[in-house]
Amino acid sequence: MRERLQALKEEALAKVDQADTLNELQDIKVAYLGKKGPITEVLRGMGKLSKEERPVIGELANKVRETIAGELDAKKEKLEARELEEKLEKETIDVTLPGRPVTLGGPHLLTSIVEEIEDLFIGMGFEVREGPEVETDYYNFEALNLPKGHPARDMQDSFYITEELLMRTHTSPVQARTMGKYQGSKPVKMICPGKVYRRDTDDATHSHQFTQVEGLYVDRNVRMSDLKGVLNRFAKQMFGEEREIRLRPSFFPFTEPSVEMDISCKVCHGEGCSVCKGTGWIEILGGGMVHPRVLEMAGYDSKEYTGFAFGMGPERIAMLKYGVDDIRHFYTNDIRFLKQYHKA
Amino acid sequence: MFVSLNWLKNYVDIDNISSEQLAEKITKSGIEVEGIEYVAEASSNVVVGYVQSCEKHPNADKLNLCQVDTGDEELQIICGAPNVAQGQKVAVAKPGAVLPGNVKIKKAKLRGVESQGMICSLQELGIEEKFVPKEFAEGIFVFPEDAEVGADARELLNLDDAILELGLTPNRADAMSMLGVAYETSAILDTPVKLPDESVNLSSEQAADYVSVTVEDAELNPYYGAFVIKDVKVKNSPLWMRNYLIAAGIRPINNVVDITNYVLLEYGQPLHAFDYDRFGSKEIVVRRAHDKETITTLDDQERELYSNHLVITNGQEPTAIAGVMGGADSEVSEQTKTVLLEAAYFSPAAVRQSSKDHGLRSESSTRFEKGVDPERVKRAGLRACQLLSEYADGIILQGPVEFDELNCTEATVEVSTEKVNERLGTEITSDEISDILRKLHFGFKANDGIFIVTVPTRRGDITLFEDMVEEIARIYGYDNLPYTLPAGAGQAGGLTSRQSLKREIKHYMEGAGLMEAITYSLTSKERAETLVSPEIREHATQSIRLSMPMSEEHSNLRLSILPELLASFSYNTARKQANLAYYEIGTVFVSPVAEKLTEQPRELLRVAGAVTGDWLLHPMQQEKKQADFFLVKGIVEGLLDKLGITATFKQAKLEGMHPGRTAQVYLGEQSIGFLGQLHPSLQQSYDLKDTYVFDLDMEALLGQTNNEPDFSKIPRYPSVSRDIALVVDQEIPAGDIKATIVEKAGALLKDVQVFDVYQGEHLQAGKKSIAFSLFYQDPERTLKDEEVEASYQAILSAVEKNHQAELRG
Ligand SMILES: [Zn+2]
Repeated sequence: MRERLQALKEEALAKVDQADTLNELQDIKVAYLGKKGPITEVLRGMGKLSKEERPVIGELANKVRETIAGELDAKKEKLEARELEEKLEKETIDVTLPGRPVTLGGPHLLTSIVEEIEDLFIGMGFEVREGPEVETDYYNFEALNLPKGHPARDMQDSFYITEELLMRTHTSPVQARTMGKYQGSKPVKMICPGKVYRRDTDDATHSHQFTQVEGLYVDRNVRMSDLKGVLNRFAKQMFGEEREIRLRPSFFPFTEPSVEMDISCKVCHGEGCSVCKGTGWIEILGGGMVHPRVLEMAGYDSKEYTGFAFGMGPERIAMLKYGVDDIRHFYTNDIRFLKQYHKA
Repeated sequence: MFVSLNWLKNYVDIDNISSEQLAEKITKSGIEVEGIEYVAEASSNVVVGYVQSCEKHPNADKLNLCQVDTGDEELQIICGAPNVAQGQKVAVAKPGAVLPGNVKIKKAKLRGVESQGMICSLQELGIEEKFVPKEFAEGIFVFPEDAEVGADARELLNLDDAILELGLTPNRADAMSMLGVAYETSAILDTPVKLPDESVNLSSEQAADYVSVTVEDAELNPYYGAFVIKDVKVKNSPLWMRNYLIAAGIRPINNVVDITNYVLLEYGQPLHAFDYDRFGSKEIVVRRAHDKETITTLDDQERELYSNHLVITNGQEPTAIAGVMGGADSEVSEQTKTVLLEAAYFSPAAVRQSSKDHGLRSESSTRFEKGVDPERVKRAGLRACQLLSEYADGIILQGPVEFDELNCTEATVEVSTEKVNERLGTEITSDEISDILRKLHFGFKANDGIFIVTVPTRRGDITLFEDMVEEIARIYGYDNLPYTLPAGAGQAGGLTSRQSLKREIKHYMEGAGLMEAITYSLTSKERAETLVSPEIREHATQSIRLSMPMSEEHSNLRLSILPELLASFSYNTARKQANLAYYEIGTVFVSPVAEKLTEQPRELLRVAGAVTGDWLLHPMQQEKKQADFFLVKGIVEGLLDKLGITATFKQAKLEGMHPGRTAQVYLGEQSIGFLGQLHPSLQQSYDLKDTYVFDLDMEALLGQTNNEPDFSKIPRYPSVSRDIALVVDQEIPAGDIKATIVEKAGALLKDVQVFDVYQGEHLQAGKKSIAFSLFYQDPERTLKDEEVEASYQAILSAVEKNHQAELRG
């Protein structure tokens, strides 16, 4: 019997070894380990054995069983792995084909510029304030030292709705409103971005609607050198460390002294070229020390408080930074234009 | 203001500085030089020639054959100009000359006769047609008799003169004159100013015997000076004067007119010359016009006047609109013998009014409008008399006859070295300040760092400490200001939560596949009032209109963002860009009245979007999905979900929208916008294919947001889901059934989702089947089957009752 078991084992293991499919393995399992299989048969014939031999043969038979079962499992695992491998092989795709495109939108270039400006000034302690686009004549002009009949009102021909209401021509009224709200009770450090409107015929460099970001800092002991320092930091962060700034005297009714700020030309580095019209400099923004009348009208004592203000046009900045050649591009919303300028 | 540098040299020494360097210095000190131009483009080899003889060309009627002496040689030149004549001195381009436009002059044969060069017109020498004196407009230019034969014509005609184009800010009216620019240059270069000659020899006669002056409104006309100049010979003004006028952009006319223009530019003081004999009386009366009074001005226009216009009259009728334009009747002509010259100060407001009402802006009106230098009014008159005596042989009568209530007081401003440095952040010394004031030609008294500055009247813009700080700073040099950062205790800057949330909404939209657009707020009336959301419509039946729109395209303030957004779609689809998905965040302007507003409109922030064309596109996989209703609804739902807002959608019929595919969005009972498919007819008007839009009230979204993360509620017990499929009438909206389910299911129901809608085979006609997934959960414990079953039964009986729904078998 022992020989018989030994022979069965050899025979079964050889078959397992040769088996090439899971089905064959299943057949082998049924054939050798099933209830009608030879090992069961051997065990059934144990009655003929002596008392001493019975457990020995029994144990042997179980071992043979286990060995065969073990080998079957091992082989099964191997075959399964191979089968999976083959299946995956058949699933091969051409990985060089294009992926399914993700539909992603993006911000408008002006929004990117405005948010960049906001973030730069937030970094210097400024708050962001907004205000109405339809303004009163008072806040748009009078509170900014532009009384009715002031010649400088010519500079910004406006869209009036009534004699007292108009589309704001700059975002400075937001500053006047904010100061007016505080009535001299505390310092103000803010920028105000927004849409503004002027009576201009739309062409490559004019738009009846455009964007402005204006800034204001009013506190005790604010100096003109602070304005220069803040604008210099802004210009370097916005346009690059290598750019130089230059302030020139200018005129705005709401500041005195007033400045115009130029940055050195990116193309020629100050040598003079067609981009900067030969001057080496490009005008970028205007500003100055807040006019005492503006402070007084908003309830700030101009002996105690001083301040600076500045204003810039994101369109112009975008045009300089990205070479946009026509201001109308910002408002026609050509998809090919919008897609070009995704914030990195 | 155009500044001829050759002209400027008469007052300040600028020989040692190039025009570019001077331009840069002027710009950096406060007056922007916008460009440097030259009177004419370069030319060479053009000299003064004497026409010795001039005969008809033997073979051509219209040509002349001239023998011209050019000093070193005699040239035979054929000239077609009608005004060429023997005895003239002319500009000759010799063979080898190059004229503007790179015209090369060579010897040539014209109709068989040789021509050795060309006799030039001013246009051919590069002077703009509009500045060429009329007598030379149709022919060659003729030099005055004293021109030297063989001399460089270019130099004589001032063609090399560099012209600085100054961009003047409104405060620098002082620089609207050559003298003003001279003072500015003097301050910048620290060189003296040479003033023009104002001395005149007076006749023994009194101007007062010829004319009287009465001013009725001293406020509008505080000074009027009338000069009388007799025996004037009207002729050409001297060549140098004509050259300077051309350089400044003014066409020479005759000596009298040229002299008034010359002094206008030199002093910044407009003058007016009347023909005394045609003035109509011996009295000058300055008064407000009578309503509907008329005057025919120099440009031969009859103009109607009103009492807000100031006029010069002869006691009877207007002879000039003060400061703006003279009358045709008293215009100086070739026949004029006696000139009545006006030097006056008219108030800026009066001149601005007339200039605006009559659409007349002139060199004269722009200067009066900005305010002329009171101290220079009479001096300008004297200067003109001096020139009239010298160049028009005029005899100057003793005078002028004046009305004078003009305030010529100089303003005083106090500054201290300490305060200046405090304001500028500098360390300028008192000596430096003294030096700056001296360069500016400002008078001052200094005592221990305190300056009492007397500001010359030409600088009427300086009245405050701050104005003086700017003067000091600009001459000190803005370049020399230090860079500092504010010393004040810094506040932390930042965005408000509303501003951050707005940015987040933008990021969401972009992540959802929409591109941000920015459109115009001003649009046509029709567009302004199209696709207006019901909650906006409720407060504004009409859009606000501008009082004077520039065009009907941009005449009204929008009530909806969508129409302009759709217009941008049209723009793109016309350019073969058919797949578009945009959003815009912007303001709409709501007012209960569209006209005669008494207060600011409410400005409401909206977020709107539109999608058209293919959304999913992967041709290789044959995938192509068009945008549809559920795309925009998904975007809106995603946004609401992100913001933690529970809104409901109701079937709606809105103008401009597809009647069956439009949902109005509600927050409780409050409408907060809509979404859906555009009505095909509106779509067609924009030339678009199927387009889906949404428009939401940002104010409501920003106000209602509850997106604070709440980590404590992460569930620890498993949820149980049950499906329920119901058969209902087709018209019943899924949303209604869902609402019933939510209402009746009890607190354990956490979510309901529609997962299938079916109609067709196996269902009765007019019926549809809707399948919902119900999700139950109790955060505190594991659910029992009976609890779920009870809820399920409650739902079932409620939908059977409310919607006549049947469980689908
Ligand atoms: Zn450059």
